[in-house]
Amino acid sequence: MICEKKHDMPEQQWPLWEVFIRSKQGLDHKHAGSLHAADAQMAIENARDVYTRRMEGVSIWVVESKYVHASNPDEASSLYDPANDKVYRHPTFYDLPDELKHM
Amino acid sequence: MPLPDFEKTFQDKIDEDIRIEPKDWMPDAYRKTLIRQISQHAHSEIVGMLPESNWITRAPSLKRKAILIAKVQDEAGHGLYLYSAAETMGISREEMIDQLHSGKAKYSSIFNYPTLTWADMGVIGWLVDGAAIMNQVPICRASYGPYARAMVRICKEESFHQRQGFEILLVLSRGTEAQRRMCQDAIDRWWWPSVMMFGPNDDASPHTAQSMKWKIKRFSNDDLRQRFIDVCAQQVKILGMTLPDPDLAWNEERQHYDFGAIDWEEFRSVINGNGPCNKERLAARVQAHEDGAWVREAALAHAEKRKMRQQKVVA
Repeated sequence: MICEKKHDMPEQQWPLWEVFIRSKQGLDHKHAGSLHAADAQMAIENARDVYTRRMEGVSIWVVESKYVHASNPDEASSLYDPANDKVYRHPTFYDLPDELKHM
Repeated sequence: MPLPDFEKTFQDKIDEDIRIEPKDWMPDAYRKTLIRQISQHAHSEIVGMLPESNWITRAPSLKRKAILIAKVQDEAGHGLYLYSAAETMGISREEMIDQLHSGKAKYSSIFNYPTLTWADMGVIGWLVDGAAIMNQVPICRASYGPYARAMVRICKEESFHQRQGFEILLVLSRGTEAQRRMCQDAIDRWWWPSVMMFGPNDDASPHTAQSMKWKIKRFSNDDLRQRFIDVCAQQVKILGMTLPDPDLAWNEERQHYDFGAIDWEEFRSVINGNGPCNKERLAARVQAHEDGAWVREAALAHAEKRKMRQQKVVA
């Protein structure tokens, strides 16, 4: 039986995953990069192989990239505007006497 | 209201060393040149696995075998980081692999040379990875975020590559007459190709100015090459070996090593497909891709099956 060699359709169906790794107990998961995999289990195994060759992985999270929602960088100035003029949120705003300890 | 000047905002960011990220506006030319640079870098890592894999089955000891496997594994990982970085710019993995297999995309010329002896493993680690590190460290501060971050990860892993290479040569240099000869012979074959890794002279490199303005290149080819030669000229003395360049000499006035003429004909010939191993390298990659098709299809079929099994359990 002669099979027609398909032009690699399967890979186009491997979704893209974002990988987050917690390297040590107590730390946050950090974004390590991305990879293609057929499903979540494969994504985790591949993430282990690609991103934790030097034991930098206590916990691996994988999320399909399409489920990551991001803010729009063009709207950054208007999105964050409310925070910019609230200078009283910073400790340095408050002028307190030097004799005051432990604060 | 005046139209926002995207071009100016973009260049301002670069001038202030603010990273450009995938969703930011960027000139088409910037995107195109980065796709080319990053994907070719990725191809180089993957093709670069081939000359070294050649010696895995013949490593002189179990320790050396394990180390070489770890290094080659790292190169695969580096290729993957870079393919992922390139994909953020809107090109697919399939397209990049097609470009490599069709000969449309290039990869580093150095990998078109054969690895003839075990000593070649040492020299590749010392000189080829050494040159790569010298090129890659500045790119850790490249303007495009994903590329720079991939570079940081790569550089962390690359330093063991160079040290294991030099250590191989150190052991050989302190060995038998035959081992010392093998060491010198490998250096003699790989020195000039390594020097050529830094690309054409600055005056023959038309893209350099724009790449430096866009901070995707931080130092010129000739600057990096000079640095590399200066460093290796010192390191080779520790091996008690020589570099195959009769014109290599310390220049007190320049505070650098003078070196001999590079055979640019050889460089051009190799990069255009006529090196000793070009055809073999490409054929190996194409075959690996075709032979692996069933694995990719099976992975998908398996994922489907697993999904259906889980749905049945839920139902």
